[in-house]
Amino acid sequence: MAHPSPARPEAPASATVSPPGGRGVGGCRRDFPILSRTFGGHPLVYLDSAATSQKPQRVIEVEADFYRRLNANVHRGVYALSEEATEAYEGARARVARFLHARDPAEVVFVRGTSEALNLMAEVLGRGPLKEGGRILLTDMEHHSNLVPWQLVAADRGWELDYVGVTDDGELSPEDLDGKLTRGTSVFSFTHVSNVLGTVNPVPALAARAREVGALTILDAAQSAPHLPLDVQALGVDALAFSGHKIFGPTGIGVLWVRKELLETLPPYQGGGEMIMEVTRERSTYKDAPLRFEAGTPNTAGAVVLSSALDYVEHLGYDRMAHHEQGLLKEAWEGLSALAGDDLTIYGPPLSRGHVGVLSFSLKGVHPHDLATLLDAEGVALRAGHHCAQLLMRRYGVSALSRVSYGPYNDAEDNRAFLQAMGKVCRLFQRP
Amino acid sequence: MAWDMYQERILDHYRRPRNFGRLESADLTGSESNPLCGDHITLELRLDSARERLEEVRFSGDGCAISMASASMLAQRIQGKPLTEVSQVRRTDVEAMLGIPLSPVRVKCALTPLKALAEALAGTRTPLTTSEAPGTETPGVGESPP
Repeated sequence: MAHPSPARPEAPASATVSPPGGRGVGGCRRDFPILSRTFGGHPLVYLDSAATSQKPQRVIEVEADFYRRLNANVHRGVYALSEEATEAYEGARARVARFLHARDPAEVVFVRGTSEALNLMAEVLGRGPLKEGGRILLTDMEHHSNLVPWQLVAADRGWELDYVGVTDDGELSPEDLDGKLTRGTSVFSFTHVSNVLGTVNPVPALAARAREVGALTILDAAQSAPHLPLDVQALGVDALAFSGHKIFGPTGIGVLWVRKELLETLPPYQGGGEMIMEVTRERSTYKDAPLRFEAGTPNTAGAVVLSSALDYVEHLGYDRMAHHEQGLLKEAWEGLSALAGDDLTIYGPPLSRGHVGVLSFSLKGVHPHDLATLLDAEGVALRAGHHCAQLLMRRYGVSALSRVSYGPYNDAEDNRAFLQAMGKVCRLFQRP
Repeated sequence: MAWDMYQERILDHYRRPRNFGRLESADLTGSESNPLCGDHITLELRLDSARERLEEVRFSGDGCAISMASASMLAQRIQGKPLTEVSQVRRTDVEAMLGIPLSPVRVKCALTPLKALAEALAGTRTPLTTSEAPGTETPGVGESPP
């Protein structure tokens, strides 16, 4: 599960021009209207899917359809329309549960995104089981959203924070894991796939080790959800979070899944409507999970649209997406190496060791910010900066990196445009 | 427009920055970072014995071609100048010095060295104001998503 599934025979991402409408996984590029935009006369070459994915037409339509036909507040009205909206919302919860192989839809809490999910976990652990203190183990490859929430609560609760280091190859340091994932650790919260290095962490093994020492495991699946099938039973973690917008759904909706036995012991997150049983002047009583964690009118439309995005992912198929995206990564890796030779550094493990979704690199003598500006002028959208991973930037002694990332709608023509623009950049910056 | 920014003059300052390095003993120091890209520039200044003139100017740090060229040109421009003159440097002077079209995002890069200079002069009798430069804060260009 940690590695992309074996390749299924499929049209290779070859250098020949794809037939019209045949671009992307199963020709899915045509499903994404935004990809027909042009910038400065150049067709958009979108290589920033790790930041956010583009949305297929059928998912966009579900959003409009919800407001056209289904909109009412959920869990409140007794009228038919509200019941329909509630049914759609709870149906989305069940869909997410199925997607994650969860035992019970009640383990699924809708949140704004992965950041909110991780903030929620830190917050309620701090007011619940870890009120009196705890030891939180994180890693140097975490996105800021799996660092800052823990730091915020740690300051209040006197938690001890520790970090597993990263090897030169971009994997979690085995020595550090041995030395730090030890008895006394309350929580081990870590990412499934690094948004910078593309590393696929061996989740089942890490979760098993954490369980042996009595630590809870929380998995940041924001980067893995668009690329790897998620099965919470096989992963063996206690909680998992992902964002809708990275997996062809809308912004502002995300999922926190928590194993029922744990979720039921946690206090509420925010207070408000929907999450209460009874309110008196003195105190209130709260509903059971998951509604206890969903104060206020939820992002009903977002949840319903997310469930259609999950349908879309499964329609494309993880096997086919992995095969396609690995082909694009390999092609870009080889193309960049041929262009820049020794001036190029690629970060993260080699593809053969599991490297998913992203390709981060630096080019000697060319700052990522300049590179991204120049590529943008060619219609190529890629990311330059610290990628919300300053611990990693410090680890590798860089202030910023350039990163391309792929979705199923990218293809060999995108890579060709990217590499052609890179060639221009190399020539411009070459020493006279 | 983007390719026009990278004129040979800019690239030359980027590859061979003038006044690059550290001072053994600086009288005034200012630093500025650009959170968007993680760039940072430190400006170190040594005054003459009368404390009226910038005797020596050095900058260090890491940044894109625009911010490094801007720092290099700014350092050249202010070295040897009286503080009264240095404190009159404005955003428009920096833009004129660079002489290239700058998008709202890249203006921040160009102005990073000037902000470092403002910080260095903040405690002196001749502070430099950057407040007259509307648009140096670009809304919505904070830390962007992963």
